[in-house]
Amino acid sequence: MAENGFLKVSRRGVLAGGVASATVGQASILRAQDTAPGSAAKEAKVPVRLTVNGTPQELELDSRTTLLDTLREHLKLTGSKKGCDHGQCGACTVMVNGTRINSCLSLAVQHQGDEITTIEGLGSPEDLHPMQAAFVEHDGYQCGYCTPGQICSAVAVLEEIRNGVPSHVTEDLTGRMRATEMEMRERMSGNICRCGAYSNIAEAMAQVAKG
Amino acid sequence: MRSFTYERAASPAEAAKAVATTQGAKFIAGGTNLIDLMKLEIETPTHLVDVQDLGLDQVEDTEDGGLRIGTFVSNTALSAHPRVREDYAVLTRAIQAGASGQLRNKATTGGNLLQRTRCAYFYDTNMPCNKRKPGDGCAAIDGFSRQLGVIGTSDSCIATYPGDMAVAMRALDAVVETVKPDGTARAIPAADFHRLWGDTPHIETALEPGEIITHVRLPAPVGGQHFYHKVRDRRSYAYALVSVAAVIQPDGTGRVAFGGVAPKPWRSEAADAQLPNGAAAVVRTAFADARPTEQNAFKIPLAERTLAGILADAQTGTRS
Repeated sequence: MAENGFLKVSRRGVLAGGVASATVGQASILRAQDTAPGSAAKEAKVPVRLTVNGTPQELELDSRTTLLDTLREHLKLTGSKKGCDHGQCGACTVMVNGTRINSCLSLAVQHQGDEITTIEGLGSPEDLHPMQAAFVEHDGYQCGYCTPGQICSAVAVLEEIRNGVPSHVTEDLTGRMRATEMEMRERMSGNICRCGAYSNIAEAMAQVAKG
Repeated sequence: MRSFTYERAASPAEAAKAVATTQGAKFIAGGTNLIDLMKLEIETPTHLVDVQDLGLDQVEDTEDGGLRIGTFVSNTALSAHPRVREDYAVLTRAIQAGASGQLRNKATTGGNLLQRTRCAYFYDTNMPCNKRKPGDGCAAIDGFSRQLGVIGTSDSCIATYPGDMAVAMRALDAVVETVKPDGTARAIPAADFHRLWGDTPHIETALEPGEIITHVRLPAPVGGQHFYHKVRDRRSYAYALVSVAAVIQPDGTGRVAFGGVAPKPWRSEAADAQLPNGAAAVVRTAFADARPTEQNAFKIPLAERTLAGILADAQTGTRS
């Protein structure tokens, strides 16, 4: 374990040296830490407790670990996808305490005690979530890479409309929110599909919204 | 991403002190901008102070009939708050015009005020950038500048403040409440919160080292019809080429702030006073000192037409 940490720290030292011209002050701080590999490794590791799809998890993670990498690399829940890794594509969308976020733009350490729901927690091949079943029925995907994020987002969008969260296309901000096609399209704009399955995704969502 | 240590502060003063006394420390709230920049090593904090446990996640009524918004209130929660929808609709409209649902759920009020520019040359670490590295030069001024600033810019930097929420807050005369590392509080008017770049484009706000945003205060509602019109390259989930936040009163007076054009939400009282005279008069006054590039000069007529659309809607009572 200590040896592992030392190797990681050494590699970081090399990386820091490579771009030292950009941030001289901070690179030297990193090198100062790197001279004491044991303590630096311990400092950077943080305990993280969260619940994923109903199962409590206790992990020891590098502080840099995103929620997405925690799910995929440490918990082997590879349904959530890494598309752009910069919050632009939505393939990593998961729900945190019932609210959808980009798991690539969140650190695991920010989520102590949080309840995470991924595509694996929504349904299973034997027991599909209604949104999953609707995506199948309406052919709401082609290659499927963006689909877990699309489905998590779609489920959360209908919940947001039920909770009265307005959107950019909502005409009457004080009235009841309705799951119109225009509303659902606007609210899904953070999920990109390069295959262009949008119209079928909208049909799947409309079916679930009708109930 | 560079290595960093992490702590959660228990009070604003404790958080401010931790950032002020730890070299290379930064606050983290939602993190949607900061983590992105850390992945690119444009931001390289060595220590993060998380502000999520400070209890600053509520929207409260104030005695004067206004609202006091905790810094950790999410963009979604703020835009959906019943009083914001009812009395400060320009703010709901502005927030919902920005980013995506996922990002708005995570992004916070204070964090959104501190969102850094989206200038492509700031993001490209192979390019010189005075904001990223003071004294480095600016590749944007003679580069692709279509998205960039037309007013309030300098010979060092022509980047814009990219957000939407702050444009509405500027139109509403919001006040940013802070706590300094020594525990003292102060209130910064939205007008003075973001700085013009000048020779120091890496210094973006009036905040002192370690000073933490705790709340944003909105004065009592001003009535009128509220508008936020945003023009961009696609209909959703894109930064503004130009945005206009406006509150228009029945007699044609009002207030107007422009986004996507300057280092800060752009508003002047002299331009507000021209509202009864129409969009051309307002924009002529507001953009009198503009220094556009050949590629972004279109933003000034675009601002005029966007405002003209709002004034036409105000007359017909559309989307009040």
